[in-house]
Amino acid sequence: MAARVLVGVKRVIDYAVKIRVKPDNTGVVTDGVKHSMNPFCEIAVEEAVRLKEKKLVKEVVAVSCGPQQVQETIRTALAMGADRGIHVEVSGKDYDSLGPLQVSKILAALAKKEEASLIILGKQAIDDDCNQTGQMTAALLDWPQGTFASEVAVEGDKLKVIREVDGGLETIKINLPAVVTADLRLNTPRYATLPNIMKAKKKKITNVKPGDLGVDLTSRLEVLRVDEPPQRQAGVKVETVEDLVGKLKEAGRI
Amino acid sequence: MSKCLQAFRHGVCLVTLTAPGHPPWECCTAVWFNCSNHENRNGGVNRKLDNNTSQVFPFPSVLNEEKLELLRELLEPCSKFFEEVNDPGKNDTLEMVEEHTMQGLKELGAFGLQVPVDLGGLGLTNTQYARLVELVGLHDLGVGITLGAHQSIGFKGILLYGNKQQKEKYLPKLATGETVAAFCLTEPSSGSDAASIRSIAVPSPCGKYYTLNGSKIWISNGGLAEIFTVFARTPMKDEKTGEVKDKITAFIVERSFGGVTNGPPEKKMGIKASNTAEVFFENVRVPAECVLGEVGEGFKVAMNILNNGRFGMAAALSGTMKGAIAKAVDHAANRTQFGSKIHSFGVIQEKIARMAMYQYVTECMAYMVSGNMDSGATDFQIEAAISKIFASEAAWKVTDECIQIMGGMGFMKDAGVERVLRDLRIFRIFEGTNDILRLFVSLNGFQVGKLKRIYMLEKAGMSTGLTLQGTVHPELAQSGELYVCILTDEQFVLERVANCAIDLYAMIVVLSRASRSLSQGHSSAQHEKMLCETWCTEAYDRITQNIKFLRSGTSKQIFKNLRAISSAVVENGTVVAPHPLGF
Repeated sequence: MAARVLVGVKRVIDYAVKIRVKPDNTGVVTDGVKHSMNPFCEIAVEEAVRLKEKKLVKEVVAVSCGPQQVQETIRTALAMGADRGIHVEVSGKDYDSLGPLQVSKILAALAKKEEASLIILGKQAIDDDCNQTGQMTAALLDWPQGTFASEVAVEGDKLKVIREVDGGLETIKINLPAVVTADLRLNTPRYATLPNIMKAKKKKITNVKPGDLGVDLTSRLEVLRVDEPPQRQAGVKVETVEDLVGKLKEAGRI
Repeated sequence: MSKCLQAFRHGVCLVTLTAPGHPPWECCTAVWFNCSNHENRNGGVNRKLDNNTSQVFPFPSVLNEEKLELLRELLEPCSKFFEEVNDPGKNDTLEMVEEHTMQGLKELGAFGLQVPVDLGGLGLTNTQYARLVELVGLHDLGVGITLGAHQSIGFKGILLYGNKQQKEKYLPKLATGETVAAFCLTEPSSGSDAASIRSIAVPSPCGKYYTLNGSKIWISNGGLAEIFTVFARTPMKDEKTGEVKDKITAFIVERSFGGVTNGPPEKKMGIKASNTAEVFFENVRVPAECVLGEVGEGFKVAMNILNNGRFGMAAALSGTMKGAIAKAVDHAANRTQFGSKIHSFGVIQEKIARMAMYQYVTECMAYMVSGNMDSGATDFQIEAAISKIFASEAAWKVTDECIQIMGGMGFMKDAGVERVLRDLRIFRIFEGTNDILRLFVSLNGFQVGKLKRIYMLEKAGMSTGLTLQGTVHPELAQSGELYVCILTDEQFVLERVANCAIDLYAMIVVLSRASRSLSQGHSSAQHEKMLCETWCTEAYDRITQNIKFLRSGTSKQIFKNLRAISSAVVENGTVVAPHPLGF
């Protein structure tokens, strides 16, 4: 039975916002843009809180890496039912180059420090779509992983995970401690109610530096350029089937 | 320009000043003064003026960083809820708030926004409440009224006048929405004339309870509520004379007391999702502990409750207008006719600009009043009334123009705007009809004793030396102007005087806010300056016209004619002039 669950939550640009690329093509515009919790992270938090409500887990700890603003995201997790939060302070250039490798090192170190027996993450973030952090964290800890989870059940000291894979659904049983990444159909996250937001204000968020965890944030990746996807070209209308075949031949498609 | 002091039979004094009619005007400023009357030996009245502009300048900023942060956090889930869960069209068609939506709102905590935290609510200040109510107004006025009837007036009496036991007994369940509240004042024969209500609560000989009998009409949440704030006459014996008089008392009445029934939901033009019903009280035993406030003080309780909740209306409607403007602009920016997008046409531009100004003024009023209330002001009844009048009429005009801009599309149900217009119509009627509130504004403004005066000051020749220089941003110096009106007791005059007061307050609030934006160097400051200057220029003209008209000889004749026309039509039961065709 898992005593403590670590849930990673990432602050990303809100899904409804129209993304714009910076004029210098080094990244996307984030200043003054609406941010919120990564939707898959919301699902991860919801699952952790449900486990706690079923009394299968004692404490849910929400973790986020980034500058001061990520505290909002941690607060949202607290309002959804997490017990306390950990803010790993990363800012400036380090934050710009923060990726799955660095985050997974941080989560692994925290899992050991906090003696967590379960880590639940979103399967991927909607800004970088990496889909790597869960897997890397499990590897660093040498823990089993249940990724793309659409259902999680505790069975004694093991976890039954139903995974959504291309071919359908795969059911696996893994030992605890383990890493699980949440897929879309795992659950429907609750709305943070206003009274819970008020209560969340009293919950604790501790600040930690990556250095304190012995983590090296150096990135092995360098972003060369960010471009918008090519504009969608207008379509062409044709009158007859012959015209259609002709156009397709012209375009070298057939 | 002339400056004169006039004393009237009512003992009301006004300082009348007129500004020169030709540009460029001198720098003038708008000020609300508190002043007191001193009778002098000759039976005239001297004014002692206190310059107290602190209520309106600078624009109130009552939320510290922590409270603002909390408000931002609260807004998020509410916004999501209204975008994803609440379906205003469905609510309108079903003529009720969908069950799961109602449940969701209760779980969200939306039913106890201003209940103290230790009793299970969110303990929000008026300004924080205003911001949330603005969000609701943006999305669904039917839900807005359901929530407002519950907490803005339904149980507000318990918040304002309840004793410790009453608060502890009722507020926790009201905060979670386990029980819903309703405000019961209006009766079939008592609407605007609220003091004439006939419901009666007779005290028992032992003094332990009252027996309540009466019927109330058009009660929002009447069919849903468990807790009612009811106003009824109670016979009271005057200790000195032994005479028994009826005075109104406020009671907390629980449906569970027995004898409380309600009629079916009324079929309405708008806010269909809100439940409106008759409520009947038949020999209801109300324990004496349920008296709210003092026995016999019920009328004051009623008026204060309504007064206290009024700013909420302006806030909600400023949200509604934002929504209408967004829809109108979206249409105007995409609709092509005669080879151009219609927003490039002057007629459409004027509509959009005026809509923006109305919304800006309403927003300024809402947050000025809530800010003043949060700062501890106890004397905001006139401003609250003005904000209700202005907001309800502005919202109607704005939404009406939105439909006009959208053309045929605006008239269609699916566009979602016609529903808003239907919802808005009641706002000029309930919670004090705008007509009554206008009389209240002008009469209250000229009450002897503790008064607020509207002054027009002209920079040159101003012996009072009072000016807003230094409080109004220099860029706006040209725009502040004030007026004074001559008062008589005719309603025709009072209405126009009230309109001047409303325009004047509107000028003050926009000057205040635009000044703040300019001093804070907001990127929108120049745009706000334009809104402010345009509004003030036109308001000044309106006020001058009104005063000119009131002072003219023609006004007396016009009023006489209006009276006569009305009498004749009433007597005839319909129009008097025979048909042009003779039949």
